[in-house]
Amino acid sequence: MQALTQRLKQVDRRKMNFLERLYLIAIFKGMMITFMHMFKKKPTINYPEKTRPFSPVFRGLQILNRDEEGRENCTACGLCAVACPAEAITMEAAERQPGEEHLYREEKYAAKYEINMLRCIFCGLCEEACPKDAIYLSETFAPADYQRKQFIYKKEELLIPHPVENPEAYKKALGNKVKREQIN
Amino acid sequence: MLLAIDLALIIEKLVLIVIVVMASLVIAMYATYGERKIAAVLQDRRGPNRAGPFGILQPVADGLKLFFKEEIIPSFSSKALFILGPSLAMLTAIMTSAVVPWGDQVHFFGRDISLQIADVNVGILYVFAVVSMGVYGIMIGSWASNNKFSLISGLRAASQIISYELAMGLSLIALLMVTGTLSLKEMVLEQQTGYWNIVYQPLGFLIFLICAFAECNRTPFDLSEAENELVGGYHVEYSSMKLGFYLFSEYINMFVSSVIMATLFFGGYDIPFLNEANYDQNWMALFGVLALMAKVVGFIFLFMWVRWTIPRFRYDQLMHLGWRILIPLALFNMLITGALVLLKQNNWHF
Repeated sequence: MQALTQRLKQVDRRKMNFLERLYLIAIFKGMMITFMHMFKKKPTINYPEKTRPFSPVFRGLQILNRDEEGRENCTACGLCAVACPAEAITMEAAERQPGEEHLYREEKYAAKYEINMLRCIFCGLCEEACPKDAIYLSETFAPADYQRKQFIYKKEELLIPHPVENPEAYKKALGNKVKREQIN
Repeated sequence: MLLAIDLALIIEKLVLIVIVVMASLVIAMYATYGERKIAAVLQDRRGPNRAGPFGILQPVADGLKLFFKEEIIPSFSSKALFILGPSLAMLTAIMTSAVVPWGDQVHFFGRDISLQIADVNVGILYVFAVVSMGVYGIMIGSWASNNKFSLISGLRAASQIISYELAMGLSLIALLMVTGTLSLKEMVLEQQTGYWNIVYQPLGFLIFLICAFAECNRTPFDLSEAENELVGGYHVEYSSMKLGFYLFSEYINMFVSSVIMATLFFGGYDIPFLNEANYDQNWMALFGVLALMAKVVGFIFLFMWVRWTIPRFRYDQLMHLGWRILIPLALFNMLITGALVLLKQNNWHF
């Protein structure tokens, strides 16, 4: 019969000689193998301290973006909600009042913006639909929770930290968005 | 005056007993940590590293967990025996350390204090007696559980220990022929001046080592804990600290048998290539204790290393090895040793 692979090994069915029947050499060999494993590199990653780098195209939780001055980009145009195949996004628009220019970039803004994370399929179509660079998918993934209603993320959960007041958190939340734009 | 000396002696011995018991408990505690760490590195894992730096508080966490677990005594068990089992296992495990010479004499407060709790002149026999009592803990516990799995496990443990105790004793007889004494202290003194006994008794040591593995119920001889056949072995019905006692006594047994092996075959507290008499007595005693501990750690590592290398024996293989290989081999070793000792007495003339 022809072998299917090149790795075929003939089984040795010879009677064991005295030394082999003592098994001492075999045991010693086995012990050396396990001993050598002590010096091998461990593939484990110490999870909470260290995380594996995500692929640049990784799609995690949505985030609502601000510009450099900390104004919200979103104009509540609703294109993301239309694009969403899972119908996870709802929003309510509101008009910017005088004196709120430092909060919202344009005249219209989203007074309410909710994403149902139980419905979201993380396809990233909202990000592609957005003309204002206001929503994009970050590197964090949806954490566990105790109640279903906690999974409906409000604006407070979605908004990126303020870039001027909290620059470090902003940078962290921004993640590899820049890298991703270079690829696209 | 006589009374005062006696009182000092009693205090001295009490302090020594407390230190030895505490030390063996702590070492057994960290043997569990070592076991998990060594198992991890041998399998390319990291092992416990969350509780404290490098996970060194892991045994404390384990102990606390066992204490806080609910204690269940099955209604169909015989309660007194059920409690007696783990206590006996723990007691016999700790008792063995009484005759071990942990170090040479130290000189404190104008007294020469021997670092040995009791220099019994039949020390090794005492060790044997206590070690063979250790199986009663397992047997009583497994019987009292009123569970068929634990009963099978207890039977296995008993027959295994009986089988291997024979070979162990026979291998020791050859050693006793060479040393001519049963006292552990004298054996160490002999090895300090001459060569270690491993030089005279390599085969005897191998047999003793294999039997020690079997006596401690360690892999490849852990048939009484064969979890794929017997659920958990003799401690299926045990929970909380009573289970902890069983698991813990295994590690104490391992520590004690390492000490015994180091004392019998590897010179005990003897530091190799160093003449202790040339240096300060107290320091040398301290270094002697450290040397003994180093040897013990080596043996404990061997125990663990073997555990994560060699698979468990089948039951008939175990009996075959014990009765048909080790006992004849030990007898043969005894015969050869006896002949050589006689020849030596006759100045190598037939």
